[in-house]
Amino acid sequence: MIRIERRAPMSREAAAGLRLAGVAGALLAGAAFLSATGHDPGQAYLDMLRGAVGSPYAAQQTAVKAIPLALTGLGVALAFHAGLWNIGAEGQLAMGAFLASWAALGLSWPAWALLPAMGLLGLVGGGLWALLPAVPRALWGTNEIITTLLLNYVALLWVDYLVFGPWADPSAFSFPYSRPFPDAARLPLLPGTQVHAGALFVVAIAAALGFVLRRTAWGYEIRVTGHSPRAAAYAGMPVRANVLLVMVLSGAVAGLAGMGEVSGVIGRIQQGISPGYGYSAIIIAWLARLSPWGTVGVAVLFAALINGGFALQTSGVPAAIASMLQALVLFSVLVGDFFVSHRVAVRRGRAAALPAQEAAAEP
Amino acid sequence: MTVHVVLAWLASAVAAGTPLVFAAVGEIVAERGGVFNLGVEGMMLVGAVSGFIVAVHTRDLALAIAVAMGAAAAVALLLAVLTITLGADQAVTGLTLTLFGAGLSSFLGKPYIGIPSPVVFRPVPLPVLGDVPGLGPVLFQQNLLVYASYLLVPAVWAALSHTRPGLALRAAGEDAATADALGLNVAALRYTGVLTGGALAGLAGAYLSLAYTPAWTDNMTSGQGWIAIALVIFATWNPLRAAAGAYLFGGVEALGFRIQAVGGTTPSYFLRMLPYLFTLGVLLVVTMRSRRPGVPGNLGRPYFREERYG
Repeated sequence: MIRIERRAPMSREAAAGLRLAGVAGALLAGAAFLSATGHDPGQAYLDMLRGAVGSPYAAQQTAVKAIPLALTGLGVALAFHAGLWNIGAEGQLAMGAFLASWAALGLSWPAWALLPAMGLLGLVGGGLWALLPAVPRALWGTNEIITTLLLNYVALLWVDYLVFGPWADPSAFSFPYSRPFPDAARLPLLPGTQVHAGALFVVAIAAALGFVLRRTAWGYEIRVTGHSPRAAAYAGMPVRANVLLVMVLSGAVAGLAGMGEVSGVIGRIQQGISPGYGYSAIIIAWLARLSPWGTVGVAVLFAALINGGFALQTSGVPAAIASMLQALVLFSVLVGDFFVSHRVAVRRGRAAALPAQEAAAEP
Repeated sequence: MTVHVVLAWLASAVAAGTPLVFAAVGEIVAERGGVFNLGVEGMMLVGAVSGFIVAVHTRDLALAIAVAMGAAAAVALLLAVLTITLGADQAVTGLTLTLFGAGLSSFLGKPYIGIPSPVVFRPVPLPVLGDVPGLGPVLFQQNLLVYASYLLVPAVWAALSHTRPGLALRAAGEDAATADALGLNVAALRYTGVLTGGALAGLAGAYLSLAYTPAWTDNMTSGQGWIAIALVIFATWNPLRAAAGAYLFGGVEALGFRIQAVGGTTPSYFLRMLPYLFTLGVLLVVTMRSRRPGVPGNLGRPYFREERYG
């Protein structure tokens, strides 16, 4: 008789090993899928690795890709700490990019004034877009998973409208993008690299989040609210105000990611700024167990996965394999988490042998 | 506006609402059993792509539908194992299932983009009923899948409210510990609910790729899975209300197309926002009126006999 039963939780080291085994299991499942669909999994993984970190250029591109993943991941993690599901990072990123682009296309300021303005507008755009679902959540408990998600579609259609309509580049026929930003609106590269200065946002926000959550009273309030909103309310904490504030900050960080993409990477606003960063962000934050620096680390891994997926396209494997692998990693880590505190027991003899008799039989 | 235009709009409301009917009714079955499946969008995509691929290769619509439902149920099985047997968090598992389904369908569907399906569901006007003035053109000049949805909705409603297995499923979702004490197999009931929901989401997807807009394009569900989930809340977990809501939402979606068709000057992007904004508005109104209207008591909570309390 095989059954699953509770066990004393594993040591931290063993649990970490189990998580790594989970990642390996996901790669194996991905390999099985690739070979079932007529691809060579060994070659595919090798190509992905090359595409992600195979050259200094590729490695730097992976770092660039990690910036929006880390920022949206940090935003989502902050919301998770307060027990809130921000599935709207995708739309918040788009609205941050929208407001930042408005400044870039409309103001002829010098870089020292324009870039901070764009950063601020990115924060405001994402924050306000997150405020929309935060208000009904705080007042009536409206499920924020669904509202934040639905707003993504609205935000993306809004950007589509702009880049096909009033902001369309007149010299680009009907391509869905605006005219290019002036140089003053482009984030500089970090000296000696091809990585734009948005990487500094990641470092600053991860550090700030770590400090606020662990070292301040407000961070403590957030974590209590996340564990038990009722306990927080009984303790006199302003739960509703914190829900609003956390969602706005979470959206603001995602909006900053949008500013980083249009200013640091693309140099204009266009259709499809994000290939789903806001959705990957949820998996990233979850895998990192909401730890700020952990989120940054997982974001780098996922950036490698995504860039590796793009590299595969040249050899005929659809890049969508990258999103499947992200999902498989989370699934197998969830399986691993279960076995941290459970085990499969094989018992011989009668099913459900009575423990009392077993104990009595032993000397 | 002439009667003619209104009838045409109502008919397209039914056609546009049908995938929402399938998906929302499926999600109701899963949630009534206690499992909150946020993977509807992903399951619909898997159904849409697998049904389309089978139709292209076999020209057999019945087989295409069967495979679409089976494939989506197989994806739902992943969620069932993770959340029911392993007790994983339902929200994060469901969201990831959506990402997985989007990736899988995009991967499998790549060679099929831009190919027309050799076989599609075409409207089959019903004799007699189809000629009833008013109702006929709206309800009974549709395709076979729409007619199937007319039978499905009352059947699921009756099953959930008047049959032993239906009541058992609801018991598992309302109060799993009590259901367990009554000798019901909570895990088996929940698996049944999730797999049924998956199959219906697959049917919704196949409706899109083989009947409504017959073709495969990446992410062709464009959020309808999420609208279906919102619809479940709006319908307070009642299949009849879900169907009514689905046609209402279908009407909003169809309205956008109608306005464009008669030469309206509103940019299409704003018209395409309508279904999402309407869904948001409805959700706000429903939750403003009551905090937890009709939510199954144990929705979202895993059940392990040895960990039960109270």
